[in-house]
Amino acid sequence: MEQTINFEVLDQAIKDYGNEEKALIAILQRAQEHYRYLPREIFPYLAEKLDIPEARIYGVATFYENFSLERKGKYVVKVCDGTACHVRKSIPILEALRKELGLSEAKKTTDDYMFTVETVSCLGACSSAPAVMVNDEIYPTMTPDTAVALINEIKEKEANA
Amino acid sequence: MLKNVQELRVYREVCKKAMDAEKKRVIICGGAGCVSKGANKVYNKLLELMQAKNVKFTVSLEKEPHGDSVRVKKSGCHGFCEVGPLVRIEPQGWLYVKVKEEDCEEIIDKTIVKGECIERLAYAENGVIYKEQKEIPFYKKQTRVSLDNCDKIDATSIEEYLARGGYTAFEKALTEMTSDQIVSEITESGLRGRGGGGFPTGRKWSQVARQKNFPKYVVCNGDEGDPGAFMDRSVMEDDPHRMLEGMIIAGIATGATEGYIYVRAEYPLAVQRLKNAIACAEELGILGDNIMGTDFSFHMHINRGAGAFVCGEGSALTASIEGKRGMPRVKPPRTVEHGLFDKPTVLNNVETYANVADIINKGSAWYKSIGTATSSGTKTFALTGNIKNAGLIEVPMGTTLREVIFDIGGGIRDGGKFKAVQIGGPSGGCLTEEHLDLPLDFDSLKKAGAIIGSGGLVVMDEKTCMVEVARFFMNFTQNESCGKCVPCREGTKRMLEILERIVAGEGRDGDIELLQELGEMISDMALCGLGKTAAGPVLSTIKYFRNEYEAHIYEKRCPAGECQKLKQIVIDPALCKGCSKCARQCPVNAISGKIKEPFTIDLNKCIRCGSCLSACPFNAIKEN
Repeated sequence: MEQTINFEVLDQAIKDYGNEEKALIAILQRAQEHYRYLPREIFPYLAEKLDIPEARIYGVATFYENFSLERKGKYVVKVCDGTACHVRKSIPILEALRKELGLSEAKKTTDDYMFTVETVSCLGACSSAPAVMVNDEIYPTMTPDTAVALINEIKEKEANA
Repeated sequence: MLKNVQELRVYREVCKKAMDAEKKRVIICGGAGCVSKGANKVYNKLLELMQAKNVKFTVSLEKEPHGDSVRVKKSGCHGFCEVGPLVRIEPQGWLYVKVKEEDCEEIIDKTIVKGECIERLAYAENGVIYKEQKEIPFYKKQTRVSLDNCDKIDATSIEEYLARGGYTAFEKALTEMTSDQIVSEITESGLRGRGGGGFPTGRKWSQVARQKNFPKYVVCNGDEGDPGAFMDRSVMEDDPHRMLEGMIIAGIATGATEGYIYVRAEYPLAVQRLKNAIACAEELGILGDNIMGTDFSFHMHINRGAGAFVCGEGSALTASIEGKRGMPRVKPPRTVEHGLFDKPTVLNNVETYANVADIINKGSAWYKSIGTATSSGTKTFALTGNIKNAGLIEVPMGTTLREVIFDIGGGIRDGGKFKAVQIGGPSGGCLTEEHLDLPLDFDSLKKAGAIIGSGGLVVMDEKTCMVEVARFFMNFTQNESCGKCVPCREGTKRMLEILERIVAGEGRDGDIELLQELGEMISDMALCGLGKTAAGPVLSTIKYFRNEYEAHIYEKRCPAGECQKLKQIVIDPALCKGCSKCARQCPVNAISGKIKEPFTIDLNKCIRCGSCLSACPFNAIKEN
């Protein structure tokens, strides 16, 4: 399932945000949205277009938590482990999800690139703690059981699609 | 496009008239808490049923009001997230809580058509039914200034903001006040930065106004990264114009011409709402070139964060806007002289800007009349954790913790006992029972070893282990340390290692002293605020809960019973019927046995998650 790297999305982003260094983060965000990660091939391309060293781009890409140099799943499941969720027991949810999907701290994405499970410091949905976010949607007051049910629901939807 | 302030005034009157003409309103809370609990479904169901029942309604402000139709509106966060989805009925001011789709029919038939209150949907506490929102204890003690509009207007409509008197302060600052007058009004008001530091806003503005280096910038810090804080999110999502107005006034006061809003990556809706607000303001001529026919020009930009807590620090934030790694730098030179793109920069937090318009409108004397002598005005707090009424609140500075936690927050949930409250997030500290009558203001908290920070209040009950809380925050800070300066990069790592050891039952004699020594060293020597305050949670928990640390280290015991590795879970063979339910629940396959014979737990595999405890139908599993 190797994706071919298409630079068109980068060209459009450069057109929208400008070809200066200050546009770099916005361009990388657009790229991340498109590819669902940052393929290394884009760094030399951007270095030339923005006229900044490739190392600096790599530095920015590795500094920020939201950028990933590894491909993520179609569904990115973020278990909130902010203070409010933590005191309302978010870790058992994380463990249940990992067990269900055969993932671990080191292995965050399933082999079929369907799910990525990770933690997030705070979703700002503290009143709905413990919260889980799947792509852009927040699910409130989760338990290990409801979280697993949610995954199975998505799996079923995907199987029928 | 409005050409001048006269036209703006006329347009505002039109909007006001339209809003005043709305006789009946049904306001559904569209805040993140309520939406995640199904507010959108309630909203759609109400519309669908009203259509089916031929009840006349409108979903937006009608410039030419008909008067008799019901206005159905999705507003921003009402704050009382715990009991959402919330629906408020106006003009009566009734609040319905935990509203479900099934309730919509009754709401239309009884409340909207006949004007009757449905008491079963009203909020009840200790046997008392509160029909009206303003009577509910949660709301009664609040004073909402920066959150005033959030539960009232449709955040996507600039007309509704105008109808509530929006952009009058902008108008006044633009045409009636000199830059000096604006700065001195803000200085006089005693407004202090709401992002945590509490630096006097007026002084900051006057320092930027004095600079002769152009262009100057106005930057808004919307990188609300403290876990357990979501007040800035509410302002950005629910009342974006209030923040824009504050930023534009800062521009008028300091001679800045460009504004940058830095929004956290986790808040996509805030970005969308702000973009829309900027577009609306540009369309009316409130942003752009030669605003309202004057020679003042101001342009607004949005930058999305990419997930780095340290970017809440001023110089890291400006570096991030410049497209660089978000790392703080040595100061001086300070942001007011060499800020964004090395130019003079006003950098304030979302809530600070949200207070500006009211100060200009109502005057500094009014603002000073709220709060305490050295901390004027109100402060928003995100009330979370083991509290009954989790939500977003705003109270005058100086309100006591007791009032916030017990009167507004309703006390500890599930009948638990109050143990501590963590204030100020990873930079703050823990306060205990003895501090309950402490007034919440900048200076009182500092004396107690905590900070107001951005205003996250995480309440903890007696089942929360304070050593684990300290470990949790240190883990967070360690993860977020940018790695530039050694004290923070290495010091937080060593502190985390010690804390991890303690909660795992491997603490040693001398660990507490070592933590204190490291903590003080990091506070003294770190480059930026993140490092300087990183040890706060550890030092304050040692100060107030030293006995818990000692129990972990010397007795290998967690008094709160939370630390997993110090727990032992065993199956009582006399009670176990061998049904295998626990084994099937176990996430790590630590339980084994033969059906109909007692099962056993392999404690080396067991992660002490407690799943088996709740799964056992015979109460045969015990935790020691």
